[in-house]
Amino acid sequence: MQLTVLLIILVLLTVIGFQMGRSRASASVGGRVVELHSVPSYHGFYVALWAGLPALLLFVLWTVSEGWTVMQIVLAGLPERFTRVDDQALGLLRADILNLAHGIATGREPDPAVAAAAERYVRLRSLGDWSLLAIGSCVAVAGLLFARRRITPDLRARNRVERAVTIALVICSLVAILTTVGIVLSLLFEAMRFFAVVNPLDFLFGTHWSPQMAMRADQVGSSGSFGAIPLFAGTLLITAIAMAVAVPVGLMSAIFMSEYASPRLRTWLKPILEILAGIPTVVYGFFAALTMAPFVRGLGQGLGLDVSSESALSAGIVMGVMIIPFVSSLSDDVINAVPQSLRDGSYGLGATKSETIRLVVLPAALPGIVAAVMLAVSRAIGETMIVTMAAGLTANLTANPLEAVTTVTTQIATLLVGDQEFDSPKTLSAFGLGLVLFVVTLVLNMVALRVVQKYREKYD
Amino acid sequence: MTDLVEQDMRAMPVTVSKSRYQSAEFSARLQRRYAAERRFRMAGIAAVGIASLMLVVLLGSIVSKGYTAFWQTEIRLEVTLDKAQVEERNYMAILRQALYAQVPEVTDRAGRRSLNELLSSGAPYQLEKLVTDNPSIVGTKQTVWVLADDEVDQFRKGFIRRDVPEAERRLNDIKIGAIDKLAASGAIAGTFNSTLFSVGDSREPEQAGIWGAIVGSALTLVVTMLLSVPIGVAAAVYLEEFAPKNRWTDLIEVNINNLAAVPSIIFGLLGLAVFLGFFGLPRSAPLVGGLVMALMTLPVIIIASRVALKAVPPSIREAALGVGASPLQTVTHHVLPLALPGILTGTIIGMARALGETAPLLMIGMVAFIVDIPHGLTDSATALPVQIYMWADSPERAFTERTSAAIMILLGFLILMNGLAVFLRKKFERRW
Repeated sequence: MQLTVLLIILVLLTVIGFQMGRSRASASVGGRVVELHSVPSYHGFYVALWAGLPALLLFVLWTVSEGWTVMQIVLAGLPERFTRVDDQALGLLRADILNLAHGIATGREPDPAVAAAAERYVRLRSLGDWSLLAIGSCVAVAGLLFARRRITPDLRARNRVERAVTIALVICSLVAILTTVGIVLSLLFEAMRFFAVVNPLDFLFGTHWSPQMAMRADQVGSSGSFGAIPLFAGTLLITAIAMAVAVPVGLMSAIFMSEYASPRLRTWLKPILEILAGIPTVVYGFFAALTMAPFVRGLGQGLGLDVSSESALSAGIVMGVMIIPFVSSLSDDVINAVPQSLRDGSYGLGATKSETIRLVVLPAALPGIVAAVMLAVSRAIGETMIVTMAAGLTANLTANPLEAVTTVTTQIATLLVGDQEFDSPKTLSAFGLGLVLFVVTLVLNMVALRVVQKYREKYD
Repeated sequence: MTDLVEQDMRAMPVTVSKSRYQSAEFSARLQRRYAAERRFRMAGIAAVGIASLMLVVLLGSIVSKGYTAFWQTEIRLEVTLDKAQVEERNYMAILRQALYAQVPEVTDRAGRRSLNELLSSGAPYQLEKLVTDNPSIVGTKQTVWVLADDEVDQFRKGFIRRDVPEAERRLNDIKIGAIDKLAASGAIAGTFNSTLFSVGDSREPEQAGIWGAIVGSALTLVVTMLLSVPIGVAAAVYLEEFAPKNRWTDLIEVNINNLAAVPSIIFGLLGLAVFLGFFGLPRSAPLVGGLVMALMTLPVIIIASRVALKAVPPSIREAALGVGASPLQTVTHHVLPLALPGILTGTIIGMARALGETAPLLMIGMVAFIVDIPHGLTDSATALPVQIYMWADSPERAFTERTSAAIMILLGFLILMNGLAVFLRKKFERRW
């Protein structure tokens, strides 16, 4: 509530600041605007920035840190028998206080001390919100008045405003870097916790995957084992099947569209492939599980083969279909970048069109096509929904495409859905798998993008 | 004389070609080469054909599985709204009595239990709503249409076959007899399935809807758009118009290109570890979903915006700078407005991708059984693709049908968005 009010106040103050700055700037030169260093609206922006920015920063910092700070104060006020416990119990205590404070019934009678703490938490939070409202408004008004006083005809308002805007632009472009850093840090941090329990070598080279851990020590079958080789093998198997579908079809489509098809035909064919690329992966997953899998199974039984209902083949084929447009559009770019003079030279020597393509265009485009395939492989490895819905969950170390296999992404998805204890090796192993997935796809992408760049430079 | 020479000149190449280019060997080789050419061409056509065929099969299988979900079976009952029973809120008993009255020949307990199963467990709530909306009907006789059970629905749509032996059929003979009787008197009919578009998830297929998921998706997309569009455009403007060419900006560029190719599930792990684990934001909330999606679509928007900015010719910038505009004024007054259609197109395509994305939402707990329609950014919610994922797992045939219908609706939204993008591109496209 208070926060919304504060935001409204801030918006109002910036608007007022803008008007004030503008009118004061023109007033300071008696309406002869040419005598100002900057046009009046820049003075307006200047005052508005001073009114809005510091208060907004305060607002963000305060709201991010308020919950934590208040919780620390509340915990410090509790008797020692509550707080002198291990991290896990402390976490439970925190959750209890929060639940009570938000009025969520926990189903058991709360300890009076905890109930009091919860009440204190609510009081402090509301006090904090109110003081934020007061302090935030004061800061905004102070900024406004400060900036307003500084307005003179010589104030370099434009330069200052533009400087602020440039800094904002730089910060925005750094978000991408921050995202990467966030991904790397979060994966590394959680994966380290996993590798503290499970030896990284066992993880990378072990051949048995069964992440079920015992809840109690006396439970039967308690040893979880985290050998990820079956997952890597399963991922590679499905990726290989997908590539066996996507590369020939995608490459031949690209060749047909760029070398053979008339412009009219191309305007029809291109959107068809784009539609394939635009269909959400969950739809492909549904298609793989409910249409392709029974079809493959029926076909296999017709041939007297034993096909699992969650065979790697059906997931791989559908994934291949999903990747066709990816391969074809990348190869299309690459083939179009081959200079026409190479083709003309080949035709001049009497080669047919297909000979020119096979012996001249494709070799010239090879680095780019390889890069396209690498990007496609990276996409196939990282694809989640199709394999989660259509491939199995049993870690099966096999090269038989008719059996069920599981993949890295499937395991990440199933390990983290539902179960949310962050400290069990079972959930943490998902981050270990995520780290491997990230590194592999990153290397593939980096190499492929570098190859494409080199290739473009060659013919530009 | 001259004739002779001319003849000689003409004759010469002919004799050469006869010896070398018209030999049987040569024509055979030429035939082979032409055949290879035709084969190659056919392979190209086949490839395009396979891709188109797969698209047709994919869409065809979904439409053929799902179009029936837009109709749903209802049963007409003549209910007597007995005052005592209404006060006890025993609406199910009222409905059952009415049903027994319409099928009087079933009298034994087992038979009546079968009859009970014809009605949806949501039917009493329909009746209750009718009564609370209009209390004056208590004590009167009313004709109402209530939901039938999903198996009745599937039977009427022909997915439960009559000719299967009773033991293997999901509907026993008593139920089928009752359905036939009701159908003969027009007391059972299909109507437009408005439930699908007005409620949230349910365990009962006939009471399940996608409205909750659509609202969840919309909330998520709003957060995504509010974050990724300003940040993405600002980053693109900086990199394209202001950034010096140095190692830092190179790093940012490489980084953005790589980020665009990072698997989406990794963004889910990021959201789980950072937004849920570190910042302690609520699970299953559209706010977190939007944050994750924003990070995911950011590279797409940056790349698209940069392409659009690059397409604005340098002469525009030079003219603006020439009349004394500052670099920032040049960008905000001239370059950005001219690049706006391109940026908008890229944004819509990025949003369409975010709408269809599932995997990251699974990681942050938006995959949950949520009946209520979300009202705010921190309410528990699910999203349309996640709803599809969850329904696809349900064993009931009626859910398969609804999954396909939900897919059709999702694809409808995507077509709408992409169509808008194409329209904008066509309308505002400018060749310099």
